[in-house]
Amino acid sequence: MHIVDRRLNPGGKSLPNRQRFLRRVKDVAQRAVRESAREKDIKNLGKDGRITVPGDGVREPRFSRQPGSGHQDYILPGNKTYVEGDRIERPPGGGGGSGSGEGGEGGENSEDAFHFVLTREEFLDLFLEDLELPDLAKRRLAIVETEGLRRAGYTVSGSPANLALSRTLRNSMSRRIALKRPKLEEVSALEAEIAEAEAANDPRLPDLQLKLLGLRERSKRIPYVDPIDLRFRRFEPYPKPIAQAVMFCLMDVSGSMTEHMKDLAKRFYILLHIFLTRRYKHVEIVFIRHTDKATEVDEETFFGSRETGGTLVSSALVEMKRIVTERYSPDDWNIYAAQASDGDNVSSDGPTSTELLRAHILPACQHFAYLEVGDENGPRAGFVEHRTTLWRTYEALAKAGEPLAMRKVNHRRDIYPVFRELFGRKDARAEA
Amino acid sequence: MVASLSRTKSTAPKPGELLFTGNDWDFETIRRIHDACEAVAGPELGLSWYPNQIEIITAEQMLDAYASIGMPLFYKHWSFGKHFAQHEASYRRGLMGLAYEIVINSDPCISYVMEENTATMQTLVIAHAAFGHNHFFKNNYLFKQWTDAEGILDYLDFAKSYIARCEERYGHQAVEHVLDAAHALMSQGVHRYPRKKRPDLASEQRREREREEHGEQIYNDLWRTLPAKTGAAKGDPALERRKALLELPQENILYFLEKVAPRLRPWQREILRIVRLVAQYFYPQRQTKVMNEGCATYCHYRIMNALSQKGQLSEAAYLEFLTSHTNVIRQPTFDDRSFGGHNPYALGFAMMQDIARIVEQPSQEDREWFPDIAGTGDAMGVLRDCWENYRDESFIAQFLSPKLMRDMRLFHVVDDPDEPEMRVEAIHDERGYRKMRRSFARQYDVAWLDPDIEVVDVDLEGDRKLILHHKALNRITLQREDARRVLQHLADLWGYDAVLKEVDPASGAVLVEHSASARPIFF
Repeated sequence: MHIVDRRLNPGGKSLPNRQRFLRRVKDVAQRAVRESAREKDIKNLGKDGRITVPGDGVREPRFSRQPGSGHQDYILPGNKTYVEGDRIERPPGGGGGSGSGEGGEGGENSEDAFHFVLTREEFLDLFLEDLELPDLAKRRLAIVETEGLRRAGYTVSGSPANLALSRTLRNSMSRRIALKRPKLEEVSALEAEIAEAEAANDPRLPDLQLKLLGLRERSKRIPYVDPIDLRFRRFEPYPKPIAQAVMFCLMDVSGSMTEHMKDLAKRFYILLHIFLTRRYKHVEIVFIRHTDKATEVDEETFFGSRETGGTLVSSALVEMKRIVTERYSPDDWNIYAAQASDGDNVSSDGPTSTELLRAHILPACQHFAYLEVGDENGPRAGFVEHRTTLWRTYEALAKAGEPLAMRKVNHRRDIYPVFRELFGRKDARAEA
Repeated sequence: MVASLSRTKSTAPKPGELLFTGNDWDFETIRRIHDACEAVAGPELGLSWYPNQIEIITAEQMLDAYASIGMPLFYKHWSFGKHFAQHEASYRRGLMGLAYEIVINSDPCISYVMEENTATMQTLVIAHAAFGHNHFFKNNYLFKQWTDAEGILDYLDFAKSYIARCEERYGHQAVEHVLDAAHALMSQGVHRYPRKKRPDLASEQRREREREEHGEQIYNDLWRTLPAKTGAAKGDPALERRKALLELPQENILYFLEKVAPRLRPWQREILRIVRLVAQYFYPQRQTKVMNEGCATYCHYRIMNALSQKGQLSEAAYLEFLTSHTNVIRQPTFDDRSFGGHNPYALGFAMMQDIARIVEQPSQEDREWFPDIAGTGDAMGVLRDCWENYRDESFIAQFLSPKLMRDMRLFHVVDDPDEPEMRVEAIHDERGYRKMRRSFARQYDVAWLDPDIEVVDVDLEGDRKLILHHKALNRITLQREDARRVLQHLADLWGYDAVLKEVDPASGAVLVEHSASARPIFF
């Protein structure tokens, strides 16, 4: 008999099977994932990766008999009152004596949807597939984020733990050879000779003894290891480059922005955040809200509080420009900006905004997206879509070839498609 | 990671000494338990078994094993991933407990036991799997005839690497298509009877000579005066020749495709062969569920009781064993909400107990029904003979006793679509015993349960259409949607059109006809 402990065997034996399965259901799974993004709270996206795929795509058909058709026999245990020849009404739902196992209930329902759980990784992979960050390589992606240590030669001072033994002894040996420090064998040979001479009463004895004394003296004066020989391994800190990004969320919070519009904007920001965190180790978010003046706020205030006042878009742009200059040098940071607004702006502000964008903001940004959020019901059918002030301002910029992407969104379900449009792979992307 | 404990047997368990106390166990305990069980299984029960290999696994590994139909190594296919996801989901939500063990019909016989089991459960599992199932695998005629316990692991290893190589060479997609199609036809991929050996010249000559001698011996001049049969027997010679050439009719569809399908490439044929051989390997298990579980349950019951009597199990452990034993053999009645058909453990165990009773303390009724075994006194001898020579269907037909039918209160209901209500055909009384036993046995006849589908002809001169018949027993037709899909796979493999006719064997009328054309996915 053998006892084999398999518990330590590497797990995940059926991982290849799972990958094959996912590949098989990829289309449906992708659709389901996107569906869930539409309906579910985006905040919890991917946390609960339970998805349902229709049983159809993963069905394993076999020849099997139609249950309840034709002549059926059932042998059942637990008879209480029946005698031969009794008649029993058919249980509702067609043949099958009281759910007999032989009948194979549910044969018809084999179309049932199939549930399974995706890991967060798998979920996001499907979710963000064929999306791409625009102009990823536009500028230096790296700045000092953490410091690593690496070996950098030797030094004469350091902690004992870093003592480079072989290097130290090599120095010591060359010094000993150079200064002719008497070797141990030399001394012991001389001692032996002296002992011999003593025994034989040799007249050279005093000479020899003097010589030995000299050798000993010299050994003492030239130490085996001198502080001068010591070498230590040297480590020097070096910057570990880590790609990092900052995401500016700009939003109009004036009275005309309804909760619905803010919700749309929020969803878009969250998508962008998820996407950026997949690409960059480190993503910072700056929230700037504005009415006719702009302030940098925290997330809570950004989405929660409501302000009154006019609308001056350039104020937010000025604020962003200030923050960029102060904290996020475009040389070190990948800057993404998304602006959400209902499109209202003081008409006199147009040229100012245009100039700010063209001269300062757009050159600093990797990507600037403008999201115009509308009413839930959207533009009513039959009406010519009204172009807002801000839209017209930005449209002129975009037409002039500036790297500015703009989209209009009315309903929650449009957010994800619009997001995909903005970040779809270059070859699949029509514009922006 | 092999941590085999090949030490000298210094720990031979002594009677009266507890094998373990508490729930914890280590390898030494397992070894002691195994040796104690062996001491009962050999001398007392007279079992014979393949050498045991007991493997300790985790819950996740158990799920892995579930997904690959219990085998320790298996080729990769998405359907296993699907099953894994399914099992995992229901396990995580606590809907499903995992089996305590899985045992593999191989030599050495591998039993997987879960690390979560208590020491008592390990004892139960070892008695059940490593001795009960193991004895059955080694001795039952179906397993002897159809499976190769020594070779199976090597074969699976070959299958796994062969399919992996095919994936590399021909692409995942191509291999997946073949496997999908082969899996769909898996239950039509077994030989139900040993095939005829191809006759060689010497034996043919010998048979011919014997036939002639026999004819001479029984020669009677009177026969000459009988009128000759009219030419009805003569069939179409072209058809006869075609059928002989293609070995038609053929119910092993995978075998037929592997040998005859005109357009398959060699590697595709090999994959069909792999799936077919795996199906064949599992075929005996489907036919012996009741007996196999009954044998294992009876063995663990005897062994556990013997250990308890020898004082090797504490009372706490014995009670724990009884709890899980009674859970295993619970049979809800037909009107119970948890009723899901007959529990093979319950039926098997009850029959084994019943046979032991008949052998040892027969009643007058038993003597009438089972004159061969009643009162012979050697229960284990009779049981071992059953385990060796029967399968579920023949076992029930032979050994289900009137007393057990009464105890289980079996009754037989017939559902005839032509009648407005279902009818109680027989109950557990004098008039019903034989009828009911016959129908009951038939429900365990795999050949009766599986749809009877065979390849009957190929239109070789025309468009190479493959013609199959389903003999719709009792006019029960196939599930349409599934039949259509499987037939599609079949046509893909065949490379040309395929048509499946569902025929009522009584009248010869065609009930339903399905047809499919090959899609260009293989060629």
